[in-house]
Amino acid sequence: MANPRGFLEVTQRELPSRRPVEVRIGDWREVYGPRDPEVLKRQAGRCMDCGVPFCHHGCPLGNLIPEWNDLVRKGDGRAAIERLHETNNFPEFTGKLCPAPCESACVLGINQPSVTIKQVEASIIEQAWANGWVTPLPPSRVTDKTVAVVGSGPAGLAAAQQLTRVGHTVAVFERDDRIGGLLRYGIPDFKMEKHHLDQRLAQMQAEGTRFRAGVNIGVDITWPELIERYDAVVVATGAPKPRDLTIPGRDLLGIHYAMDYLVPSNRVQAGDSVEGQITAEGKHVVILGGGDTGADCIGTAHRQHAASVTTLAIGYQPPSERPESQPWPMDPTVFEVQSAHEEGGERVYLASTVEFVGNAAGEVTGLKVAETEYRDGGRFPKPGTEHVIPADLVLLSLGYTGPDYTDLQSQIGVGLDGRGNLKRSDDYTTSVPGVFVAGDAGRGASLIVWAIAEGRAVASEVDRFLQGDTDLPAPVRASDQPISI
Amino acid sequence: MTMKGPFERHSAFPAPTGLYNAAYERDACGLAMVATLRGTPGHDIVDGALRALRNLEHRGAVGSDAGTGDGAGIITQIPDRFFREEVSFELPEKGRYAVGIAFLSADSAERIAEKRSVEGIAREEDLEVLGWRVVPTREEEIGDLARETMPGFEQLFVRSHSRGEDGLGLGGIALDRLTFRLRKRAERELGIYFPSLSARTIVYKGMVTTLQLEPFYPDLSDERFESTLALVHSRYSTNTFPSWPLAQPFRRLAHNGEINTIRANRNWMHARQSQLSSPVLGDLRPLFPIVTEGASDSASLDEVVELLELAGRSLPHAIMMLVPEAWENQLDMDPAVKDFYEYHSRMMEPWDGPAALVFTDGSLVGATLDRNGLRPGRFVITSDGLIILGSEIGVLDVDPATVVRKGRLRPGSMLLADTVEGRIIEAEELKSSLANMEPWGEWVREAEIHLEKLPEREHIIATPQSINRRQRTFGYTEEEVRILLTPMGQTGTEPLGAMGSDTPIAAISERPRLLFDYFAQQFAQVTNPPLDSIREQVVTSMTTGLGPEGNLLEAGRDHARQVVLEFPVIDNDELAKIGHLRHPNASAASHTLSGLYAVNRGHEGLRERLDELCREADAAVDKGVRFLILSDRHSTVDLAPIPSLLLLSAVHHHLIRGHKRMRVGLVVEAGDVREVHHAALLIGFGASALNPYLAMETVEQLARNGEIVGVEPEKAVRNVITALGKGVLKIMSKMGISTVASYAGAQAFEAVGLSQELIDEYFTGTTSILGGVGLEIIEEENRQRHELAYPAEINAKPHERLPVGGEYQWRREGPPHLFNPETVFLLQHATRQKRFDIFRKYTKTVDDQTEELMTLRGLFRLRTEDRTPISIDEVEPVESILKRFNSGAMSMGAISPEMHETLAIAMNRIGGLSNTGEGGESPERLLNPETRSRIKQVASGRFGVTSLYLTHATDIQIKMAQGAKPGEGGQLPANKVYPWIARLRHGTPGVGLISPPPHHDIYSIEDLKQLIFDLKRANPAANIHVKLVSQSGIGAVAAGVAKAKADVILVSGHDGGTGASPLNSLKHAGTPWEIGLAEAQQTLMLNNMRGRVSLHVDGQMKTGRDVIIAALLGAEGYGFATAPMVVSGCILMRVCHLDTCPVGVATQNPELRKRFTGQPEFVQTFFEYIAEEVREYLAQLGFRSLDEAIGQAHLLDVDKAVTHWKSEGLELEPILSTEALRPGVAIRQAEGQDHELAEHFDNQLRELVKPALETGQPVSVDLPIRNTERAVGTMLGNDVTLGYGEDGLASGTIDITLRGTAGQSLGAFMPGGITLRLFGDANDYVGKGLSGGQIVIKPAEGSVYAPERNVIAGNVIGYGATSGTMFISGVVGERFLVRNSGATAVVEGAGDHALEYMTGGLAVILGETGRNVAAGMSGGTAYIYRLRSERVNREALSSGEIELSPLDSSGREIVRVLLIRHLEETDSPLAARLIELGDAALDDFVMVTPRDYKAVLNTRDEALAQGLDPDGEEVWSRILEVTGG
Repeated sequence: MANPRGFLEVTQRELPSRRPVEVRIGDWREVYGPRDPEVLKRQAGRCMDCGVPFCHHGCPLGNLIPEWNDLVRKGDGRAAIERLHETNNFPEFTGKLCPAPCESACVLGINQPSVTIKQVEASIIEQAWANGWVTPLPPSRVTDKTVAVVGSGPAGLAAAQQLTRVGHTVAVFERDDRIGGLLRYGIPDFKMEKHHLDQRLAQMQAEGTRFRAGVNIGVDITWPELIERYDAVVVATGAPKPRDLTIPGRDLLGIHYAMDYLVPSNRVQAGDSVEGQITAEGKHVVILGGGDTGADCIGTAHRQHAASVTTLAIGYQPPSERPESQPWPMDPTVFEVQSAHEEGGERVYLASTVEFVGNAAGEVTGLKVAETEYRDGGRFPKPGTEHVIPADLVLLSLGYTGPDYTDLQSQIGVGLDGRGNLKRSDDYTTSVPGVFVAGDAGRGASLIVWAIAEGRAVASEVDRFLQGDTDLPAPVRASDQPISI
Repeated sequence: MTMKGPFERHSAFPAPTGLYNAAYERDACGLAMVATLRGTPGHDIVDGALRALRNLEHRGAVGSDAGTGDGAGIITQIPDRFFREEVSFELPEKGRYAVGIAFLSADSAERIAEKRSVEGIAREEDLEVLGWRVVPTREEEIGDLARETMPGFEQLFVRSHSRGEDGLGLGGIALDRLTFRLRKRAERELGIYFPSLSARTIVYKGMVTTLQLEPFYPDLSDERFESTLALVHSRYSTNTFPSWPLAQPFRRLAHNGEINTIRANRNWMHARQSQLSSPVLGDLRPLFPIVTEGASDSASLDEVVELLELAGRSLPHAIMMLVPEAWENQLDMDPAVKDFYEYHSRMMEPWDGPAALVFTDGSLVGATLDRNGLRPGRFVITSDGLIILGSEIGVLDVDPATVVRKGRLRPGSMLLADTVEGRIIEAEELKSSLANMEPWGEWVREAEIHLEKLPEREHIIATPQSINRRQRTFGYTEEEVRILLTPMGQTGTEPLGAMGSDTPIAAISERPRLLFDYFAQQFAQVTNPPLDSIREQVVTSMTTGLGPEGNLLEAGRDHARQVVLEFPVIDNDELAKIGHLRHPNASAASHTLSGLYAVNRGHEGLRERLDELCREADAAVDKGVRFLILSDRHSTVDLAPIPSLLLLSAVHHHLIRGHKRMRVGLVVEAGDVREVHHAALLIGFGASALNPYLAMETVEQLARNGEIVGVEPEKAVRNVITALGKGVLKIMSKMGISTVASYAGAQAFEAVGLSQELIDEYFTGTTSILGGVGLEIIEEENRQRHELAYPAEINAKPHERLPVGGEYQWRREGPPHLFNPETVFLLQHATRQKRFDIFRKYTKTVDDQTEELMTLRGLFRLRTEDRTPISIDEVEPVESILKRFNSGAMSMGAISPEMHETLAIAMNRIGGLSNTGEGGESPERLLNPETRSRIKQVASGRFGVTSLYLTHATDIQIKMAQGAKPGEGGQLPANKVYPWIARLRHGTPGVGLISPPPHHDIYSIEDLKQLIFDLKRANPAANIHVKLVSQSGIGAVAAGVAKAKADVILVSGHDGGTGASPLNSLKHAGTPWEIGLAEAQQTLMLNNMRGRVSLHVDGQMKTGRDVIIAALLGAEGYGFATAPMVVSGCILMRVCHLDTCPVGVATQNPELRKRFTGQPEFVQTFFEYIAEEVREYLAQLGFRSLDEAIGQAHLLDVDKAVTHWKSEGLELEPILSTEALRPGVAIRQAEGQDHELAEHFDNQLRELVKPALETGQPVSVDLPIRNTERAVGTMLGNDVTLGYGEDGLASGTIDITLRGTAGQSLGAFMPGGITLRLFGDANDYVGKGLSGGQIVIKPAEGSVYAPERNVIAGNVIGYGATSGTMFISGVVGERFLVRNSGATAVVEGAGDHALEYMTGGLAVILGETGRNVAAGMSGGTAYIYRLRSERVNREALSSGEIELSPLDSSGREIVRVLLIRHLEETDSPLAARLIELGDAALDDFVMVTPRDYKAVLNTRDEALAQGLDPDGEEVWSRILEVTGG
């Protein structure tokens, strides 16, 4: 039983400290220093063990948060990792990368700062790895069924691990040269060092999951061929298509999609050399879009010694407190200071870019920016407010529009739904028997925690398809959405 | 045509229709006994008894047909002179013939045939028929319903053919043994009932009122009708259906109260029949069953008493055997008497009351109370040998100068007179003669087996893997381990929960559920009281004997040869000892039945295995095995365990059917048992002991690996045993059962969702109302659990130790909850933002149960196709619907002042009713029309129930039970008794407050009638509500409550919210309101009582659809509690009991209260939206108002679209039955109750004291009074409070002298300014709720007896008094000053349980007390002269909660002053003597104070001295420190 008065005794959140900015921007290692176990116990002890734990609902995985909070409070890390792994295959990923809708839903958050759930999660798995409590769990018997998982991001990996463990032979295909999808090349090391990924992949490999990097399904192997070769196929190829900004000057040199900038940088961190790497060194960098990818660009640019870094966001600066329109327990948009924001640069709001300005060489030199005006339910540049911001490197991090679907559609007729995602049913099936869609490919760009949840759920459906029945858990349906009005 | 049984003829019980079942009918009553010791019979005795009966009229009841009473009767000696002169044939000598009335057919032709048949049996039984006499009756005297079922009355006279040694015909008991056979056979073979047929006594009884008995039977008025003794009885039944045979007295006794344990007693008597034999009674088989079908509990008791008496035990012996006193925990009892009781406890479980019994065998006459003494019995003995005993004093007038003794029956004690020898037999004499009859003690000590004396066995420790595998096999969840077992292992107590239950019941749950979950605990409400097993532990016993029983009709050493278990839950080592018991010849005395079946063979396999096990049990018994162990151990992948309850009950009932049950003891070794409810079920279905081995191994492991902290594994196991055992005791107490011996086999459960076929085969005799699943589904559920233990691939869920659960706290993987994150969010947002669109989303989410069934009502469909919809504009407006809404009864104490006031304001604004809950209301709110709660609740704790509180009520609600924990009391822990709560409740800050399980003025239905009477007089303008909880039989209770003149009956569902409740009650007691409401509606209509009352309902009401369904099922008012709390910010934290509610809703913590965000507007919006939805449904159904919809159950049917694997077998039609709908029978409230206010005694007082009321000038009055005048001073008190407010009039303004015997509730709720001065006697409940007035009672003028040695007033004096004074010159009954919180009282002696639950005020007791003084006393002070410390509540004394000390100087002063006042007011000779003794007397007084109370007062005094605010935070934390709160 949790300490019923814990939340009254410790009223504030305590987060682990980030390494000093001047130190951390000199390297690429993770920004967070070690966590103090006593602080974590104290924070976990603030959990109220609610009759209706909204955190557990707010988490798409259905993490058993009150239960492992209490185990951490009592110092039983061994039991805590078991309870955590019960619902989450990769807590080290979510513990570092998830924006934690659970904390937004935390009941304590109604009138007090919420429990630092994410930190508790991260510490549980860290301790578990450190103590060798995470071991491969190969199946006790194998079936005669094979499954191809296309895409090695969190959804694909989760599906693969679940299906491997119940005895199916699973091959994970990745068109990139290394396994991991966005986890590998989309996330800078200062947010998650890649050895975390590698040690998890090693566990999966030891369990029997097969990894096939550098194979582009649809091209190297056609979809019909793949379907022929496997009893089931899981499409977990993500929603990588970036949103563009088609305004005058878009074809100037020096304007890139954020991923085109981040991926080479992350490759270099992985020890590769990348020819023609876009780097921010010595440049005035302007980033369009104030989301997580934008923040990754900021951190990367600083580490590359940019001359200046400016982020332009078209809308209002979000409020620092939860707005009334997004009541508890919704996951609200609030003004956040991520680690990258601490490291420097300017964040400009209500900035509508109307034109990229370039020089004769066709290189971008600046952006013509107007103040945003909200009108008729839309956002428009306010006439007469234009001014030019200098820039030698412009990064577009305006979100993602959906999956690559051309080969799928042309080869097996799996096309898009009305929202631009791969068309599937509530149970992740497509029009082609045996082909399933999971993760961002079906949901649209979302959170890593949704990807893992979908990966787990699709595995359950695939198992049922292959065996007629399943013991695998299915935490979400394809149509499930976060709580909202 | 099948023959009607003896209790079915001359009765008009409807056949079971809808949910009504006559088996639930209850009754209670008044009784009296008149006898003389002068040795000669006379008509004066009969006449006196009949007069006494007439003076008990108010204890009986009349039904819808005002002329028909519930029954009355008389038993006397045979009036030999009368008969001899009346009959035409010659009678043998007095005592050598037997006579009795036969209830024959009213049809004369049939009657002739019947008489011939009776005569035939008589010949076979060695009897000669002397003749028949037609009994004169006057049928014009009785009611229509009674007349319609009236039998033909003829008296049969017989003598024996055989001659005795004296050459004469047999006489007395010898003749009665023959007539017994005749009577029994006439009942069995002909269905003919004889009220009596005896050479010693005769009974006249019928469906008459107390006033009609004598006119109906003119024989009784005949001067020649003589006797030395007479017993009379007046019955109060819960129904209005006449039954002539069920009127009392029966053959040996009359009974007031109820036999709570009747089901167990009947079952065991049935099982014992095979063992019965008696040389004097002959072949008993033609007479079986001993206990007749269709009889009342009293009738069954009488049948067994009669059997024992005829077989050779004396009548007092038989009674002491069946209704023993609470001997188990009595320290000061003669060991030989204890041996007597212990020996007999091996042959017969107690027939537990509440019971007052009067009995006679024709020469001995006596009366007794059961161990709890919950029925009144007062007696007077005069110098000329007259003994008068009755439920009340004053039933018969006697000259005070002739009185030599006035007494009362005490718990377990007996008043016995021998009318032949002409003397009183004192209890000591009787007991010692019985104790020395046989060497009981020697037999017991030689034959009993005690486990601790057997060789120790090596303890086996299971491995974690084995424990986990088996936990999965038995369906354990993480939640159960965390929430149930860990706390039990840690603390030895069952954990608490809050906020009710909102998950589906087992019957409609999608998930596999344990068989245990299909059973709901029954509990006592209204017709009998629950007990307080903690504070009144002295009357409880957990000891049972395990092993065969001998012939009940004999006695010998072998009868005691049993294993004695002090606790019904045993550990693994104890079980091993039983398993290794040997016969003297070294062969095994125990046999283990392995309860496993081949799981791949499904339900067929299960059924066959059960049959096989039953055969194995037979064989073992035949071989002489004495102990059967039913085990579910050692399951494998192929062999699954049979649910232990099924295994046990199947074998138990099989052995009963095969007449072998009494030859073995049954022990269950059960892996599936892990909560209190499970243990209770196994004991309730016949196990003598159970070994929940897996629960124990689980906590053992939890302790070993540190999840249970600081407790050794062995201790953790003991803790589980304690928690389960104490929990079972508490469940027993809910039914009012004190001993596990009479709970075992009592089957005090009802099934919800099990098919009748399954019940009949394996759970014979259990009620199952809605049909449901059979063995096939039970097996299916079992198999699903079993498969979890053996998954195809263990790595599908490699990290899952056990399934997560989610029954108590919401979990995604768990069962659905009506309130979940989605619905809580939608509801809060909709009402706060005034968004009806979102509100619809909320109600749709709650109502839409097509995917996951949550409630029974979810299965119903509105038959809109039968109706033409109308425009919503034609439907009554929202405003008029709002008036029907109530908010739940939640006390300030349970919820925060902010929450409480928010609800009150909102309800006042919409015209609905909010409810104070138990716990008073501050005068500021009470008098403010904006913030007051219009319903004032009166619960068992009577917190803050003052004249002011009642006077300013719109409605008054008597809380008989609460949905979340029916049959239980409550406790407000010390740390929640903040100063403002203490003020409201008249308690002490920082000192916990107890609400007892029963109302101590309601132990039966006629008591409830009395409380309604009192409250109605405390505020004649208020409607009186009675709150009941849904369970089978609630219909009968509701009809009884309607007869008791309640204005409103509230049916609460089992799932309602609460601030704190043991988890087993939260989940397993009571039934959904859909069932209870329908049963109440149908039964009220069958009785034609529906029109007199309004029916309300509550329990997890959440949407407009819920309201419309409730309306169609018959409800007129609708209560909501959880939903408006959620609207106000509640997020179902379920920690109300911890005072840590983080949103300020259910907490008193000032810091947390600041977080409250609710607004009355939100709550108003909620109710407006609900009303709007109701309008929409009404429009769809074509109704213009809710009134038109009420009771139209035919517009519901079972939604065919909503079916799943379990609900398919449910038969919901009985809920929707409209069979009770008949022309001329009201379907909803049509008229009010006639409260007969104009006839109340106080009307004359009001006239006489007019000047005082109008101008405050002093007035004196002097009037005679008698026992039928009840609640005298209460209505006058209401006038005073209305006129003069809380403090009433100046002291002594109205001075009323009364002479005679006052009826019950003298001076109830009387405010300041009134003095009642009674010369005479008073009955029960004097000064109930006294609110400032003064009551003085002293013996009638001319009395010669010593007041301090005689009883002058009854039980439960000063219950819930808040202020005022009482001076009583004499001894009073049980529970003196129970829950007093402020009054001062002086008496000269008191019965058991004095000062119980007292929280304030002052008591001075100048004489002897009974047992269990100061149990649960948490405040106030008592000064007791020569207190015997062994009489003080043992637990409280040894723990130091209660302190005894000599008087300090201020104590001496207080006593001195009160003694002087007592003398002045009462002329008490005792007071005079003590005053004369002076200091010497004061030295002999003992001060009784609760430790915490004293400490808190000291702390506050110190704080005041330091200039601190005693109610401030600083002092509060000091208080909590001293009380450890």
